[in-house]
This record gives sequence, C-alpha cells and structure tokens, in this order.
Amino acid sequence: MQKQTDKPSASPSPGGKRKKNLLVGLAGQQNAGKSTTFNMLTGANQHIANYPGVTVDKKSGSYKDEFGKIEIVDLPGTYSLTSFSLEERVSRDFLFTEKPDVLVNVLDASCLKRSLFFTFQLLEMGFPLVVGLNMMDVARQNGLKIDVDKLSHSLGVEVIPTVGRRGKGKKELKQAIRQAAERPRGKVLEITYDDLEPLIADLQEKVESHPDLTTDRPARWLAIKLLEGDSQTEKIINRDPSADDVMVGLNDIRDDFNQQQGLSVADYLVSRREKLAAKIMELCVNDTGAGQETISEKIDRVVLNPIAAPLFLVATVFVIYQLSIVKGYELTKYTWPFLAKVRALAAGLLPDAGLLHDPYVRSMALWMVDSANTLLNYVPIFLILFALIAILEDSGYMARIAFILDKLFHAFGLHGQSTLPFILGGVFAGGCAVPGIMATKGIPDEKSRMATILTVPFMNCLAKIPLYTLLVNIYFVQHKSWVMLFLSTITIFVALLVAKLLTSTVLRNMETAPFIMELPNYHPPTIYGVGQRAIERTWVYIKKVGSIVLAVSVFVFTFLQFPGLGDERQHFYEQEMNTAVEQFYTKIADNPYSEQLSEEVQLVALINFYNDYKQGRLNIKGAKAAKAFDKKIKAKNPDYFLFLKPGKDKAAKKINRALRKLASKRKTLRRKIKEETIGVSILGQVGQAMEPVTQYAGFNWKINVALLSSFAARESSVATLGVLFQQGADESKTLEERMGAESLAGGFTPLHALAVMVFFALYPPCLAATIMVKVQTNSYKWMLFSILFPTTLGLVTASAIFTTGRALDLSGIAMMGIFYGLVALTTLVVGLASSRQKSPDDFSYQAGLPESA
Amino acid sequence: MKNRRQMGRGKKGRCRCRMLNEVRPGEKVCISCHHACGAIRQRLLDLGFVPSARVDVIRRAPLGDPIQLKVNNYNVTLRKSEAAQIEIETA
Repeated sequence: MQKQTDKPSASPSPGGKRKKNLLVGLAGQQNAGKSTTFNMLTGANQHIANYPGVTVDKKSGSYKDEFGKIEIVDLPGTYSLTSFSLEERVSRDFLFTEKPDVLVNVLDASCLKRSLFFTFQLLEMGFPLVVGLNMMDVARQNGLKIDVDKLSHSLGVEVIPTVGRRGKGKKELKQAIRQAAERPRGKVLEITYDDLEPLIADLQEKVESHPDLTTDRPARWLAIKLLEGDSQTEKIINRDPSADDVMVGLNDIRDDFNQQQGLSVADYLVSRREKLAAKIMELCVNDTGAGQETISEKIDRVVLNPIAAPLFLVATVFVIYQLSIVKGYELTKYTWPFLAKVRALAAGLLPDAGLLHDPYVRSMALWMVDSANTLLNYVPIFLILFALIAILEDSGYMARIAFILDKLFHAFGLHGQSTLPFILGGVFAGGCAVPGIMATKGIPDEKSRMATILTVPFMNCLAKIPLYTLLVNIYFVQHKSWVMLFLSTITIFVALLVAKLLTSTVLRNMETAPFIMELPNYHPPTIYGVGQRAIERTWVYIKKVGSIVLAVSVFVFTFLQFPGLGDERQHFYEQEMNTAVEQFYTKIADNPYSEQLSEEVQLVALINFYNDYKQGRLNIKGAKAAKAFDKKIKAKNPDYFLFLKPGKDKAAKKINRALRKLASKRKTLRRKIKEETIGVSILGQVGQAMEPVTQYAGFNWKINVALLSSFAARESSVATLGVLFQQGADESKTLEERMGAESLAGGFTPLHALAVMVFFALYPPCLAATIMVKVQTNSYKWMLFSILFPTTLGLVTASAIFTTGRALDLSGIAMMGIFYGLVALTTLVVGLASSRQKSPDDFSYQAGLPESA
Repeated sequence: MKNRRQMGRGKKGRCRCRMLNEVRPGEKVCISCHHACGAIRQRLLDLGFVPSARVDVIRRAPLGDPIQLKVNNYNVTLRKSEAAQIEIETA
C-alpha cells in the first residue's frame, strides 16, 4: 500500500468539480521501463488478470493521493498502436472503451526519438497525457542532455524526468497525474501531415456526419487510421451500416496519393512523424556522447564475442543449475521437516489407523497431503530458479541469449525467444512445464510459439527426476552419470526434432513473424523487481499445479481403490491377521504387562504408537536429537514407551519382541491388500488391458498403472511403484532393493528400464501443464494434441527401443548408446539441412513497392 | 547507387542494389527503402528503420545469424532473411 507522504501541492482547481478516483493508463514501448515505473507508482498493491477474451496479461494496481484512489492499468508494451499485433489491438481497445482519465506515457530517455513515434500516436488519440521520461540516468551516462522544459513545451504536455529503478520522480509524477486530470487541456502538439491534410479533413468531415462513430474515438484519428488502411478501424466503420459512405472511394484516394507522392499513405505518415521527431530531438537534445561507446556496448563486445559468447552462455546455465537445482535441493533438507510435521499433524488429527483397514478419510487425506508435500518440496528450488531467471531477464542478458541461439532454434522452426520457456521447463535437470508454457507469451512469432508450447513439456521437469533416479540406481549403477547425461540431452534433441516436424506439418500454415528484437541496455536488476517476479511465478506454480494435482489426486486415489477386494479375499486377510493377533496374545499370556493390552483397541493403539515412533525417528539425525525425541515420545505415553524401549525389563522385552513381529506381519498383510486392491482396481484393470500393446515396450501392468497415474501428477509415479513393488516386506529394504529383487525374478532388465525412462521423457505433459496448453493456445484441440501426440511418440519410441534391443540381444546401455547416436545424428542432419536452405515461406519478397522519399 | 529493383523476377530474382544482409560488420549504411510489407514493415518502421535512417552494422551472432544493428542510438537484431528485404546505400 502506498503511504500518503506526499505534501498536498496540487492546488484544487477553483470552482471545478473534482473527480476523486482516477483511472490511469500506463503506456509505453517495450524496454522503456514501464514495469519499474508501474512498481514505483503502485508498490506492492497490484494484481494480474487477463484482458477479456485474450491471453494478454492485464496488470493493474493502485495508490492513494490526497484526493482519492488512483487505479493504474499497465498496458502491454508495444512499439506502436497499429492493428498488426494482438497486444496493440488490446491496448487500443482498452483506451477507447475504458477511457482512462489520464494516460501516462513512459519514454526511454536514452532512445527518445523512437519513443516519440509512440507518443505522437497517443497524442492523436486525444487523451490527457503525462510523459514520464524514464532512464534519465542511462541517458546522462550516454552523454545525452535533454532539455525537459523544451520537450514539455514542444509536446504541450507535462514531462516528468524519472529513474524508475530508484524511485526518482515518483512524487512529481503523481502530482502531474492529478493535475492532468483536473486541468483543462492546454495547447497540445498537433501532428500535421502537409500533403495529406486535405484528404484527412475531407474524411474527417464524412466521419463526423455519423455521430455514433465519434462517441468513442476522435474523428481525426479515425480519418488518419482509415487512410493508413488500418484493418481494425475499417471493421469498426463497416459495423455501422449507415456509415457506408465513409468507405466509398477510400481505396482510390489511397492509390491516387500513392501515385502522386510515390509513397503509400502509411509510409508518408511515418515519414512525417519521423521528421517531427527529428525536429524535436534537435530542439531538446544535446548529444555530447555521440560516437562514443556506451557501457552496454562495451559489455556486449566481450559477452557477444564469437568465441566468448558460448562460454558465457554455458557458464550462465551452469551457474543456474548449480544454484537452483543443487543448492535448492540442499535447501529442501531444511524445509522438508516442516512438511513432514504437517503430515504428522494431519495424521494426528485424522481418525486412527485400524488394524488392517484404515478409515477411508484417513487414507485419502494422507494421500492428498503426500501429493501436496511432494510439490511444495520443490518450492525452494523454484524460488531460486525463478529469481535467477528474472535477473537474466531484467539485466538484459536474456535478449542476448535469444540473439546467440536464434539460428540454432530457427533451424528447427523455433525462435530465439524460445530459450526462456525451455530454461523454465527444465532444459538440463529440473524445472516445471507450467511456468515454461506461460513464458511463451513473449514469443511474437505464432508458429514458433505454438511449437515451443508443444515441446516445452519434453524438458525434464523436476517431477520426472525421482523416477529417473530410482531406475538409474537399480539398473544403471555403473553408468549413472552417462545415463543422466543421456536423459538431460536426449530431451533437447527430441524437442528440436519434434518442433521441426510440427512446424513443417501441422503448424505449417500458422502465422509467422520476423525476428526483430531490441537488445536493451544492460541494467542492474532491482531486488524488488526480481523478488516480485520470482514469488509471482512460484505462486502460480503452487496455485495452478497445486490445485489441479490435489483435485486429481483424489481421482487417482479413488481409481486405485475401487471396486476393492471381494468378500472372500477380505475374509482371508482378516483370518491371517487374527491368527497373528492370537499368536501375540499366546506369547504374552503370562506376562505381567498383559493386562494393559487385553483389549484389541489397546493393542491397535500400541502398534500405531510404535509405527509413529519409528516414522518420526526416521527424520531425526544425531544422538542428541534422538534422545530428545525419545523423551518427547515417552512423555506422551510412558506405559507404551516401555514396550518400545524395554531396557533391562525382561517382561517388557518379551512384549517388545512379540510386538515387532506382529507389526511386521501387519505391515506385510496391509501391503498385500494394497497390491491386490490396485490389481483389481479400475486403474489396475486398465493397466492390464493395455499390456497387449505396451508389451512391445516391455511395460507390464504395474508400470502401466504407474505411468497412467503419473499423467495426473508426475510425482505420483514413484509413489505408485512403491506400492506395487512391495514383496519382501522387510522394512529395512528400500524401494530400489524391492524393485530390484522382484524384477530379477520377473525378468525386468536394464533394457526394460531404458524403455520406461525414454517413454517417461517423451510422456505427455502432466494434467496441470495440459491445462496451461489450453490457456495459452486457447483451444481444446491443441490441448488434446499435446496429450495424444507425445503418448504415441513415446510409445512408438519405447517399443522400437525395447523390441530392437530384444531382437538383437543388446544390453540396456548398448541400446541407449545406439538410440542416442541415431537421435543426435538426425538432429545434426536436420539442423544443417534446414540452416543451409532457406525455406521459401520464411519470407517473400514484395517487389514493386513504391520508391521512398 | 542504382536502385533497380527485382520487378517480377520471383524469389530468386537478383538486383544490383545492395541489401542490408550483405553489409559487413563495422560498415555504416543508409536505408533507402523497404521491400517488406504488412506487420514486418510496420515493426521495422516503428523501430526506426525509416528511409534515410543511418544504420551501423555492429556484429553477427556467433552462429552467423541474426545480425545486430544500431539505429538511432539503440541496438536491434534482425535475421538475415529480414535484412534481405531492406535496401541500403553506403552512407
């Protein structure tokens, strides 16, 4: 919240009625520092929504001045206000429908001339304007001396010099906003277009004869836009059937002008604006540093040097990986105990576990808590990752990465700006497809954007890692690092190949845009800006992924439970359990403590007490902490604790032995029940029904079930496998050992594991990511495609690997090498081939355009 | 500098005038006209690639494409395929 520290200096307009609350639009070109100005004005008080019907972000915020609340809407950063791009159309529609009381135009003082083109367009739209002349510090550094008063005089609007990053000019800007809203408009600069003026006047008159047209938009602006051939404006006129006279002869007028001037109307408008901008520049700006190298240019000379550039790039990625993934994982060691405590707390609140069957509420709730914990465990990693990426973006280096890599990406139908989504998605090891897909918004080329959206999910998201780790630790112990290298790079190759395939088939006819990108000056990022972005993206991850995964986990749980065991099997397990309980009682029959356990309820309570203790003890490290933990548990129930730690008490020791045996038996039975339940469950049946198809990839039904449930939420695959591979219920055995033991018997080989891992790498995005695909593409068709295509691709590839490996009797690691070689070679060939020959639809020469002046 | 253009000679048509993609890093040139149209043309104009504007070719990307240009005090990158649509003359 913004505090009201500003002194009231804007004198209330005499007699004029004051509008207390104002709506202010914030407009400006990309990289002009609009966001920092926005942050400066609104502080933390902001939120993001979408403009109606489109996926363009609408950021708004507010502050209070002495007279009322000022609501600020941050318009998309665009270079112009034509109807060529979605963002520009959205900005224009917003301005004319919402009619802000004041428009703040943020200009980049260090490239003023270009910014002025945009200002002229805003002036023509006729809104009360305040200019925030941002990046004054950079301009000064570059040797630009700007006469603010003269600039203000030339434009006829207030010009406030600001340095958004340091909050300079905040007070003045706020005052100017208030004043602009209250003061009647003075003499504002009117842009005149000499030779075009008579035509504009004619058309303006025609437009003015239809009052309906000019309620929202000024007549002169409409006339200029019509002459320019602006498609949106033509649509507006055509919508009004009575206004058909406006359009009559418009094409001829344009053609005539073209013939006479040798220049299209649109180009003529630009050239006039250019001349005017040049005139203002000459009047107000003294460039003392012309020809000198700026700091940014000096940095670029090193960073973009042909030899050093790849080194810097690799170093950057390495640092990101080290800090976010490696250090982030270390951080999770400190955060995990909190999550474990939450689970313990939930377990304590829920109804107690039964002997064989837990209350449904208990198992369901714990399943959900576990799902949530797996996701929340990644939060430290994401915070670091997203902060580092925000630093890359804000400093200006991200644009350089796009510049360096564009050729590579372009060869496969992608775009230099696909870099950011891929990094967020987890190029090397760890990321999340959800923020990755969201970040594709910045890619101006629709075709490449679609290709990026559909290939980001191939990146190794954090939730894929546990399964990889599990399988690598069982089947590829000797080749660990090789397999990890294989997994982290194969996905990049596949993503590139798939992008190429898609852009030359299904996406062929999509709209493409040129790679015209500004390399902004380097700026030191602000802590506030970086922190805000990191938290914002992490929050989206928690919200989107969290809510969807939680909701879906309920379904997965249910599908893994129902319809449940038949009465006969149920009865069988109960019998088994009863026998064990009877044995326990026989053993402790003459024990002095037996009275304490005479009721079965007491017995169950004791077993649960024992299990809770063991569970809690797992998270305790060090002798001192263990002692403290023991003390705590003892305090809870000293009687039962004696049975856990009998010490020298012989009778208690006896009970302890019997108890351990009983608990172990109970655990085995419960596992068997779970496995059998999954086997007959809906998901289990589907998994079994799929075996005829998946057998070529070497997947048995257990793997199928794990893969199916992992679609809902990747991280649940390992959990499901944990339940399914549970033979040899000796508690000291890890899942690795259990899977290893069973698979040796079942003939599960490294080749099987390779097929599973490759399938998992190519597997469709998790449900949260597919929903993001829907949001970003605005189409269910593409969402469906993003599920079906990777499934098919994954299954075919995994089958090819497995079946070939089987037929040629190859080991898993040999097959991996062959597959890797093939894919890498194909990528190389395709890449070289497409960078050699320019595809004809990349660009088409438009010959015969009029000669420019 | 002659400004004969590739009238109706198709995509492979060559013209004797120079295009921006042929310029070597370090050269300073002047834009004479655009062959692009629609959104590309608009974007180029917005970024200051207006006729008679001065352009410095700064460098090529390490892989040879895109190229970095300086126009009106700021840096813009273009792919060669787009630069090939901008006709220039030596400043």
